[in-house]
Amino acid sequence: MIGAPPLLEMRGIVKSFPGVKALRGVDLALHAGEVLALLGENGAGKSTLMRILGGAQRADAGTLLIDGCETPFNTPQDSQAAGVAVIYQEFNLVPGLTAVENIFLGRETTRAGLIDKRSERERARKLFERLGADIDLDTPCRRLSTAQQQLVEIAKALAFDARILVMDEPSAALTAHEVGRLFEIIRDLRSQKISIIYISHRLDEVFEITDRVTVLRDGLNVGDRPTASITRAEMIQLMVGRKLTREFPQRTTIPGPTRLEVSGLRHGRAVCDVSFSVGRGEILALTGLVGAGRTETMRLLFGADPREAGEIRLDGRLLSIGSPSDAIAAGIGFLTEDRKTQGLVLAHSVLENFALPNLQRLSHQGFVRERSARDEFSRYVKQLQIAIPSEEQRAGNLSGGNQQKVVLAKWLARHCELLIFDEPTRGIDVGAKFEIYLLMNELVAAGKSIIMISSELPEVLGMADRILVMHEGRITGEIADPRSATQEQIMRLAIA
Amino acid sequence: MKPARLFADYGMVFVLALLCALFSALTFSDQSPTGEAAATQVAKLLRQELSSPARVLIATRDQPDDVAYASALQRLLSGSGSGAQSVSVVRGEPKDAREALQQLAAKGERLDAIACTQATGAWLVFSNLQTDFPSLGGPRIVTPRSYRWPNFLKSENLLNITNQIAVIAIVAIGVSMVIITGGIDLSVGSLLALSSVLTARLIRDYAGGVSASPTAMILSSLAGIVLCGAIGAFSGVMITRFGIPPFIVTLAMMLVGSGLAYILAKGQSIYQIPESFVWLGRGADFLSIPNAVLLMAFLYGLAHLLMSRMKLGRHLYAVGGNSEAARLSGVPVRRVLLFAYVASASLAGLGGVIMASQLKSGSPTYGGMYELYVIAAVVVGGTSLAGGEGRMFGTLAGAFTIAVIQNGMNLTNVESYTQKVVLGLVILGAVLVDKTRTNR
Repeated sequence: MIGAPPLLEMRGIVKSFPGVKALRGVDLALHAGEVLALLGENGAGKSTLMRILGGAQRADAGTLLIDGCETPFNTPQDSQAAGVAVIYQEFNLVPGLTAVENIFLGRETTRAGLIDKRSERERARKLFERLGADIDLDTPCRRLSTAQQQLVEIAKALAFDARILVMDEPSAALTAHEVGRLFEIIRDLRSQKISIIYISHRLDEVFEITDRVTVLRDGLNVGDRPTASITRAEMIQLMVGRKLTREFPQRTTIPGPTRLEVSGLRHGRAVCDVSFSVGRGEILALTGLVGAGRTETMRLLFGADPREAGEIRLDGRLLSIGSPSDAIAAGIGFLTEDRKTQGLVLAHSVLENFALPNLQRLSHQGFVRERSARDEFSRYVKQLQIAIPSEEQRAGNLSGGNQQKVVLAKWLARHCELLIFDEPTRGIDVGAKFEIYLLMNELVAAGKSIIMISSELPEVLGMADRILVMHEGRITGEIADPRSATQEQIMRLAIA
Repeated sequence: MKPARLFADYGMVFVLALLCALFSALTFSDQSPTGEAAATQVAKLLRQELSSPARVLIATRDQPDDVAYASALQRLLSGSGSGAQSVSVVRGEPKDAREALQQLAAKGERLDAIACTQATGAWLVFSNLQTDFPSLGGPRIVTPRSYRWPNFLKSENLLNITNQIAVIAIVAIGVSMVIITGGIDLSVGSLLALSSVLTARLIRDYAGGVSASPTAMILSSLAGIVLCGAIGAFSGVMITRFGIPPFIVTLAMMLVGSGLAYILAKGQSIYQIPESFVWLGRGADFLSIPNAVLLMAFLYGLAHLLMSRMKLGRHLYAVGGNSEAARLSGVPVRRVLLFAYVASASLAGLGGVIMASQLKSGSPTYGGMYELYVIAAVVVGGTSLAGGEGRMFGTLAGAFTIAVIQNGMNLTNVESYTQKVVLGLVILGAVLVDKTRTNR
């Protein structure tokens, strides 16, 4: 390899989104015929980097070189022309088109203006043969299994002789057997001098299939080693790396007796037999990687999705929760991760948002008692220190922290005893985070119970009384004393 | 192909056939042949039943059908080898027939047969010939025989249906493409009116009015279509460059198009158009199939080829199915969308020209509610409003379903208010069937 320029080189890639600097000058090199693992925590910038490589997004700054020559990557067409194929996490197949039509989409073979269906079918058949795939050429892709769809994506990449294949979490939705098959294909492609960038959270897979490891953290390349010369612990340390920079408010209260008991919760493959309990005045953190089944578990608890099995008890009483309104009536409140789409009606005023779940109580003979709604809301504005110029303020124009507080006020007015916070501080700036933490402490001090879903390990360690770690729909570990635990410990459980 | 799959793909055709069968059964009735057909039948009867040479009187009313019958029968009977010796014709009221019989009797002539139509055969004057006119020798009354056949399935009626639906079906081609991309086009009805008005006005004001040359008429029609195409391009740019939802853009263009049509027409119909302009809408040069129907068939063939065999067609499906996937696969998404809106608007323009030709005038009131009928045809034809799916021949079947229901209800004397109710429910039912099919 020495001497020859790498097949692909990304230099100083920068990409910002409103409020977030996702990539802060990433360098990355890929050599011919190697499988490179791209590692990093959620939000480290892996997916953004790969979207830039695929031409789906444009970098704000930086250059890309193919065989040492600077090459434009402004559009998907540029990327294809450079021999790069990206298989995104959410597959990019057109559901109504067949496997053949998807493989040649955008590069149809035509003869005299008409699509040459026969030659396309023939080529698709040969590609599937090469991949050892048994896929009906005429079935619309929406009817194919996840593994089959992935094979169609790989065939699509091979159809235009891609030299670089990016796979973003390809094993996430596959069974163990299918993953084995995928690895055979990857080895086969490597022997044909096709280079592969492999993104995965499963370190076992990284050791099994990759030649080299590159770790991203906070939008920077923080490590680049041959897979053979790095240990599991080193990988995790590189991924987590940062020091605790945020402070968490001190809490003196001690959790009381058990209030909520959940046992045997199940829903498909997303949630498998999950049991846990929460005590009075306790903050229970539920952590793990994105897609581990944390939110899904909470949605079952809240009645937002139907559960296949499982019992929910509050204060020893068996609850029959079939819908969110049942859960609300039982005193459970859910502060969703995505406040913008699930928590607030952005076009309405904060007062209207506040009143919405409380209308039953705040109205008399069908008319909303505007006055009492206003009075009650202003109490919460004071208590939660919501910074709003007026009650007529549109919810969409508030900062993330204040939006979160309005949502919280909504639930507090319902006298919820158990509050579920899904990523409570995502998209909220540091100062406002501290206020949210303070509020959470006040709530538990007042005897309420909190379940907090969070991917931010420092937050989990700093706030929780107890930590549950999930991986692929199961609880893989419990940390009873977060004060003496480390991020590495959690990461090990999360990667399982 | 499995039966279930077959039904899924061509279910609408099946429903259409069922509707046709229903209306055939409901409109089964006595048919009496008229004109040429009746004459041929009666001539044959006369030849079989009478010893030649025979003397025949033809008695009909004074109506176009009867006149055609009389003259055809006269020609057939007096032709060589027909055997009839003398043929006379009386046309008009029963009293005219009585006079003719009296004259014949006065001359002392004998009569072997009186050839009637169904109506004249029942005249009282012919009921007692033996006693009233004994000298004639007791002529037989011969009338064309009636037979039973559904009114619905008469060829005139079937051609009528196709001719009525041609405009909607042609406009529906473009709207199908738009809906397959996941969009909607509400402007087609107004653009149809605009095109009819512009074409008619150009012919009246710049091509010499009723004495316009064919070339000038063709150029005027093209101008109408091109103007609509340009408006479609404008809509497409608004949608692709500025990200305004298609519903809003085409709603706006619906108002703009209609307003422009009224301005151009000064609020009136324009009918100073040459007689020959109706060739497209009313002419029937080939196998007596109307030209508009031939054009419709040709356009559907072309659209089917485009959607099933050409790159552009596949891209239309891909953009509607998953536009991000299409973009990442290198499909020029914006250009594909632009094409759909230009095609839709241009075909609406063509619809306007055909309508102007059918009605020999252009008017801003044409095409009212057409956008809704067209969308109904597309949806009934199995195209999903969510985009990504649909077939051209489904749309054609959808358009025909709507036409057949309307026509069938006209034939079975269902009044128009009830027709609207039924049509609305049928549209809902068709989509419901489609929904249960796709949910499987």
